[in-house]
Formats: sequence, structure tokens, C-alpha cells
Amino acid sequence: MLAADPLFFRGLSLAVVVIVIVKVLIVFVVGLVATMFMVWFERKIISGMQNRVGPNKAGPWGLLQTLADGIKLFFKEDLVPERADSFVFKLAPFLAFVPAFLVWCVIPLGGDFSNGRGGLVTIAGHRTLVQLADPPIGILLVLMLSSIAVYGIMLAGWSSGSKYPLLGSVRASAQMVSYEAALGLSIGSVLLVAGTLSTNGIVIAQNTISRWHIIATGVVPFVIFVIAGTAELNRPPFDLVEAESELVSGFNTEYSSLRFALFYLAEFMNTVTMSAIIVTLFLGGPQPITIGDTTLNLHLGPFSGTVWFLLKLFIFLYMYVWLRATLPRLRYDQLMNLGWKVLIPIALGWFMLLAALRVARDEGWNRVVVGVVCAVVLAFSYLLLTAAVRTSSKNREKEGAMF
Amino acid sequence: MQLIVFIVATLMVLVGAVGVIVRKHPVHAALSLILTLFGIAVHFVALEANFLAAVQVIVYAGAIVVLFLFVIMLLGVDASEDLRTDPITAQRPLGAIVAVAILALVGTSIIVSRGILKVTAAGKAVKAANNLRDLARSIFSDYVFAFELTSVLLVIAVVGTVLLARKLPKPEPAVKS
Repeated sequence: MLAADPLFFRGLSLAVVVIVIVKVLIVFVVGLVATMFMVWFERKIISGMQNRVGPNKAGPWGLLQTLADGIKLFFKEDLVPERADSFVFKLAPFLAFVPAFLVWCVIPLGGDFSNGRGGLVTIAGHRTLVQLADPPIGILLVLMLSSIAVYGIMLAGWSSGSKYPLLGSVRASAQMVSYEAALGLSIGSVLLVAGTLSTNGIVIAQNTISRWHIIATGVVPFVIFVIAGTAELNRPPFDLVEAESELVSGFNTEYSSLRFALFYLAEFMNTVTMSAIIVTLFLGGPQPITIGDTTLNLHLGPFSGTVWFLLKLFIFLYMYVWLRATLPRLRYDQLMNLGWKVLIPIALGWFMLLAALRVARDEGWNRVVVGVVCAVVLAFSYLLLTAAVRTSSKNREKEGAMF
Repeated sequence: MQLIVFIVATLMVLVGAVGVIVRKHPVHAALSLILTLFGIAVHFVALEANFLAAVQVIVYAGAIVVLFLFVIMLLGVDASEDLRTDPITAQRPLGAIVAVAILALVGTSIIVSRGILKVTAAGKAVKAANNLRDLARSIFSDYVFAFELTSVLLVIAVVGTVLLARKLPKPEPAVKS
């Protein structure tokens, strides 16, 4: 699976093994530090938006607050409720934490993409990618891990043996499974344009700003991906999983000490990785901004890719914090309506449109005719869908449902 | 190396499969099923069928077993079942007979067809890196009709389930007050 990295072309030697171990360490440490930083960043920005000071005691600007919290959690008493299913209860935090970390492995964190170098950098005479692994199924691995991450939350709620966590986890699994469909369909549009599954290949395909997938796929998949990604993260305004006013704290109510810390870390880790995935899929990852032939050069040598990546990452980290500070939580029926009746149909329709336009280009058909036919088909499907929704809601009203 | 991976993956599959049957608790049985499905995914990766491995995890472990668990939690059947009573009489002896019969059938077919499997030249030419492309090409060109029929079958199943599960409103006599 790792054969795509030219590091392994000349067989294994000591240097190669050392480089791989160093990469693993860097990815692990960067992941942890990024998560800790994200916790601080969120608290600081939110307190700014709410006219508060926020964490400011531990370290400069309160930067070490997360570390202090982590140490505190570490020394707290580790409780297992009497009615809990103890094996599953202990397993669940790891099921949430491990996938969150593994996603980080397939994201290109930097590298030199100029002049068709394909993100390769040279370390001690060995050419390698600035990402831990570039498996041929690339982005599918991300979908795989996000579908495994559901289990962490689901089993945590169930094994706690009390009502609020169970409600939280049932909500979580329904929400995450339904939004995964929209997520996958919008990734499909990107793959259609990029023509590859590998994350490195997706970044290589976006070498100028007009070929960034946010523009090349026509913005709609990007918007859908951001919304569905937020729902997948269970972040506000989709945080019904741990709605404090209804469910105490949702699936993690019964958790304490280190196990709670793992959930907490996984949540923020997922926020960082989801932002990184958005950057990779839609904004060209570590690619610099290139308009036509002019490239905005940062003059940072081999680090410029990483700096570009971080700059783009920050846009989305800030966006997630901003959403949390601004938007009220959705009602449950609104959440499901948005997922099933709005996002999935639009994502599917847009995917078909892109596919049709691509076939038209390859076969040399008249673009205008194809466009008109697509518009007519999409409009017809839209009318059909709204008619179906209207009929079903009328039927339910007749049966006396609330909404 | 391949042998080690094979042994570990096979152990995962077998332990999971035994667990599904032996565990009395439905949630534990479902978790064992996940172990089995993961073991199969590892086998796929070892055979360089990366795409199949991904689909195995996304579809089976990520959607179907989640639905199983969802139903178990929602219906609250997570208490252990009482195994002393049989819902249908003579269910167990019949089950044993069927199990032995299936085992015998599968066993003989494996023993008989042991020498038939060979690596052909066409199979050797398929590169692992392109297996997604080859798969897509055969699904959407040679077998497109069968593929579409399968999807129609799934839609029919869903619509049928909804129709069966849905209670049609009875015409109630209008109450005058």
C-alpha cells in the first residue's frame, strides 16, 4: 500500500527506516500539538467574541491551559458506572481517538509542488513525500476512518448504562450515518475532476487557482462538504449529540479522567483533520496561490508548502470557532431534513451534472445542448422531489404528527 | 510476512465468527461481527484489492453494522435472551442438520476444486494500482445491465419494506361534537 512513495523504490535501508520513524513521530507530535493548540485557539477566539478574556493564566496568553487541563484530568478518579458494560465502556474512547489520529497520516502536510515535482522533497539523498502514507485508496481511507469513528461515540453512549448517554449516542449514529452520504457524494465530485483517489494526486491536480477544486467543481460540492463535515464532527450548530440543555453532556456524561480526555482530544483532533481534508480536497493543500503563470512565492524554501497549508488551515479552524460562537443549535427534524432532503439531492444532482459535462467534453458534444438538457432534467427532478416531500408531509399531518 | 498477515487476519475472522454465535449479548455479537468484517478487509488488503477493502469497511462495518447496533439500541433488546425455551419446536436439531450439511458441501467443493484455481496470463497483467479503474470499466461496460438491475432490486426492497411497515390509516367515523 505504501508503494506510491518513492522512498521505498530502492528497497529498505537503515536511512529509509529512520526517515519513516521520524515522519511517524513528527506526524504524531504535530497532531497532538495541533489539537492542544486548537483547544486554546477555540477558547481564546470565543472569549474574544463574547467580550471575555478567556484563558490567560497558564503560560503566555494562556497557551499552556490545555496542558494544565490534561494533567488535571490525568489525576482525576477513573469511574466506571456500576451498570456499565465495562469492556465496551473502556474500549469506546480508543475507538474514537485512534481513527482521529490515523486520518492525519494521509494528509499532505507540505512539500514542493512547483514545476511538476509532485510534492517530493529530498531528505539526506532520499526523495519522499511530506505525508506519512499515500495509499492508492487515499481519500477512501478518510471515509473509512470516519465511519469507524461512529462506533466510539455510539458504544460510549450505549455502554454507560444510563439514559442520557444512550439518547446522545442514538442521535449521534443517526446523524453521522446520514451526513456521511452527503460527504461521500461531494467527495465524488472532487474525484471526478481530479481523476485519482490518492491525496497527493488530488493536490497535484490543483496547480493553478482556476484548477483548485473549489472552482473546478463549481463551489456547490465545497459548500456541501463543509456543512456535512461540520455535522460529521458533531460541532455546533449540529451538536445535538451532546446538547447540554437536553442531554446533560450526551454520550460522554459518565466518562471521567483519562477516558474523558481521550474523547475531548478526539473531538478537537477531528476538527483539525476535517479542516485539513477540506484544504486538501478543495483549496490545493500545500500548493501556493498561482494565477496564470505568476506564483505568489513566500521565499521560505522547502517550508513554503507547509506554511501555505497552515495558512489555509487557519481559515477553516477560525470558521469552525466562528460558527460555534454564532449559530444556535438546529432542531432534530431540521437536522434530518437538511441532510436528507436538501444536501443529498443537491450533491447527487451536482455530481451527475459534472459527470454529464465531462462526458460531453470527451465525446465532443455540443456544450449548450448538454447544459440545457441537464438543466431540464435537474429542474424536473427538483419538482418531483418537492412534490413528494409535500405529499408525505401532508399525509403525516393527516395522521396527526407534530411536524 | 504474507503468512503472518494471513494467520492474523484469519484469526480475526474466526474469533469474530465464533463470537457472533457464542456471545449471548446482541451488542457483543454485533461487535464480534465487526471483527470478522475487519479481518476480511485485511485479507483484501493482503491481496492488493485495496478498493474492495475500503468498500468492505465503509459499507459493512461503517453502515450495516451501525444500523444493526442502532436497531438493537433503539428497540432496547440489549438484555440477554433466555436460551432455555425454543420459539419453534425442533428448531435446534434441524439447525444442526443444516449446519453439518453446509459444512460438508463447502468442504467437498473446496477439496474437489483445489487444483482448478490457476493464475492466468490475463490475471497477471492486471496491475494492483489500476484495479479500481479495471473494476469500474467492467461494471459500467460489460456488466452495466446486471449492475443497474441490482440497484433497481435494492430500490424495490426499500419501497417494499416501507409499504409493509407502514400502517395505512383506517377510515375513522367522523366524531361530531
